[in-house]
Amino acid sequence: MTLTAPPPPAAPPEPARARRLLPAAGPRRTLAAFALGAVLLFAVAPLALTDFRLGLLAKYLCTAIVAVGVCLAWGRGGLLTLGQGVFFGLGGYAMAMHLKLADAGPGNLPDFMVLYGTTDTLPWWWVPFANPVFALAATVLLPMGVAALLGSLIFRRRVRGAYFALLSQALTAAFAIWLVGQQATTGGTNGLTDIQGFFGYALDDPANQRMVYFVIALVLLALIALARQLIHSRYGELLVAVRDSEERVRFLGYDPARVKLVVYVVAAGMAGLAGALFVPAVGIISPALIGIVPSIELVIGAAVGGRASLLGAVLGALAVAWAKTALSEEFPAAWTYFQGLLFVVVVAFLPGGLASLARTVRARLARRRTGADEDGAEQKEAAV
Amino acid sequence: MRATSRSRRTVLGALLLCGALTATGCGAKTGDAAGGGKAVAADTSGDTVKVGLLNSLSGTMAISEVTVRDAVKLAIEEINASGGVLGKKIRPVSEDGASDWPTFAEKAQKLIREDRVAATFGCWTSASRKAVKPVFEKNRSLLFYPVQYEGLEQSPYIFYSGATTNQQIVPALDYLKSKGTKSLYLVGSDYVFPRTANKVIKAYAKANGMTVKGEDYAPLGSTEFSTIANKVKAAGADAVFNTLNGDSNVAFFKEYKSAGLTAKAMPVLSVSIAEEEVKSIGPQYLKDQLTAWNYYQTTETAANTAFVEAYKAKYGKAKPTSDPMEAAYTSVYLWKEMVEKAKSFDPEKVRAAADGTAFEAPEGTVTVDGENQHLAKTARIGRIGADGLIDEVWNSGEPIEPDPFLKGYDWASGLS
Repeated sequence: MTLTAPPPPAAPPEPARARRLLPAAGPRRTLAAFALGAVLLFAVAPLALTDFRLGLLAKYLCTAIVAVGVCLAWGRGGLLTLGQGVFFGLGGYAMAMHLKLADAGPGNLPDFMVLYGTTDTLPWWWVPFANPVFALAATVLLPMGVAALLGSLIFRRRVRGAYFALLSQALTAAFAIWLVGQQATTGGTNGLTDIQGFFGYALDDPANQRMVYFVIALVLLALIALARQLIHSRYGELLVAVRDSEERVRFLGYDPARVKLVVYVVAAGMAGLAGALFVPAVGIISPALIGIVPSIELVIGAAVGGRASLLGAVLGALAVAWAKTALSEEFPAAWTYFQGLLFVVVVAFLPGGLASLARTVRARLARRRTGADEDGAEQKEAAV
Repeated sequence: MRATSRSRRTVLGALLLCGALTATGCGAKTGDAAGGGKAVAADTSGDTVKVGLLNSLSGTMAISEVTVRDAVKLAIEEINASGGVLGKKIRPVSEDGASDWPTFAEKAQKLIREDRVAATFGCWTSASRKAVKPVFEKNRSLLFYPVQYEGLEQSPYIFYSGATTNQQIVPALDYLKSKGTKSLYLVGSDYVFPRTANKVIKAYAKANGMTVKGEDYAPLGSTEFSTIANKVKAAGADAVFNTLNGDSNVAFFKEYKSAGLTAKAMPVLSVSIAEEEVKSIGPQYLKDQLTAWNYYQTTETAANTAFVEAYKAKYGKAKPTSDPMEAAYTSVYLWKEMVEKAKSFDPEKVRAAADGTAFEAPEGTVTVDGENQHLAKTARIGRIGADGLIDEVWNSGEPIEPDPFLKGYDWASGLS
């Protein structure tokens, strides 16, 4: 069930370029997939899962929201965003700062500042987060703003490929180290934890936890719909063109830097929103969630599922997050090896992710039947 | 996009249905007296009672935390061999916190809600404790935390069996002062314990006429210490107070030695290096340096002889015992005593029975303070020997009452 239609079985495979210009699956199939997703998320999961497991699913859905952005930026735009932790963290901290201030009550300092702080007054950059509207807007706009600033600097200078990935990693490492150092104002390694309420609702009530889950599920579906529109718009075509041949796009008169900037900013906003929703779902945001390793983990899911396919990326992120919990409960000491192995296997043998499994197998079989003359087209397709 | 009106209606219908389902649940507001956090009763059906073991079995902290889990398992085995608790055998359920604080929170939730454990033993870093604290409080379940820490905490659902600041850091400073130390250099890992400990140390130094000649932090896991070692050398303090954690100590002490600094000229007093760490750093780098704990493998009590013997019999002759292991081992016995006193596994009843519960631990007698749920413990300063063991050079003579917020010390009044 991918959003790109499989070729009709009898017809010879079309060239990859022509296929991409067509709208992928029929609208009816897409809508059916959405309806199925909505029923699974809103009706089946809450009835079938215990409160604890539903809470975990809420957490997985947050990583899936990041994966939607990764699918756009990396899968469609070719930007290997290994630094999504920064944007996830900005969104998460913006939300957590507001919730900590709301817990403390007007005029009071959050509990960790009373314990470890150095001043009796709230730092100036905390003050606006007491306003819920500002904080909510900041969870999305702050990451987008940082991404816009950063992106406009690096894409103009034509930083790309491995250099872009390294830069993202360095940024995320720097951000995590800075947060750790500011114990008095950011909670240091502890992060912001012990969050009691979510806009007036007590988070220890299972009914409210379920509400948080529903909000997250709704946001995920909405963002998938948004991303799908983007992929099938003219901009989406341009994005793929920039990914596949940036120079040609430039000679055609487009500005690739601007095209990349847009997708980078959109992906950052999605990661920020995911971070913001992660806070009420899990009750903590800390530098441990936004360093280099968690940033890579946010991308692994999309890679495993298939980064170019929205559904592949989302299901991949959910599957990897679920596997992390399941394997670590089953094999408390050895599960990290499984995770690494999974990534190696997918990258080595299925560069298109699990979403491309059927296509890769079909392509192999077809090649065996028709001989070597169509090799090129097949391989291009498998790589999409 | 051409969507047929029928499929559009289907989707709309599905979404509306979902919306209706969603709207059914809206729970308690913050500040509601009752709150929604219902305690999950421990699973005590049958002839076993489950307890949770929550430690990092993977990641940077695994090397330390696995030893703590082993000590808890030893205590459980001993208790089961002598009849269990309230006639029930203890069944441990182990979970991996993976040196990752949010994972600790997830696994704590799983132990309480899915496994329905009667109590949980574990956590090492303060960050992991801070991450699970709200989980234990919301579910009203008990955590036994076995590691010395920075104080400034008192949760009704956590029992702290390691030392708080006035049972480790303050006695260590008193010891240095009695030896004529006039100036200190502070080296620590960059996280909450060293930063808070150093705040305490600076307040103490100010009140006691000591000067702090420098203060440096290295990221957790950092192994680059040539700059810090040179700064320490240039500062020329009387002693170094070391709050580095884990691997960083290996690099620090090697650089310390190559900078030409010795235990004689400028002793280093460490509060996170126990027998296990001495083994991995190498005793040749640590000979004659000082440590502050409440227990050493060499501590001379009858209970310790038995503990060391049993531990080595189970896990191998080469395995040393250390302070956090001993505190974890002790905490299982304390839980057993409290449960038997309360005649119930119910956390509220166990808490009510806690005050005054005493145990002849390997470190000597420990007593639970019912109010702050810490232990009265004897402070011990040790000197590291060439054989990798630590020999006691001073102790406080009697157990020190826990004072996590340092309320009994005038110089600490500005700290919290």
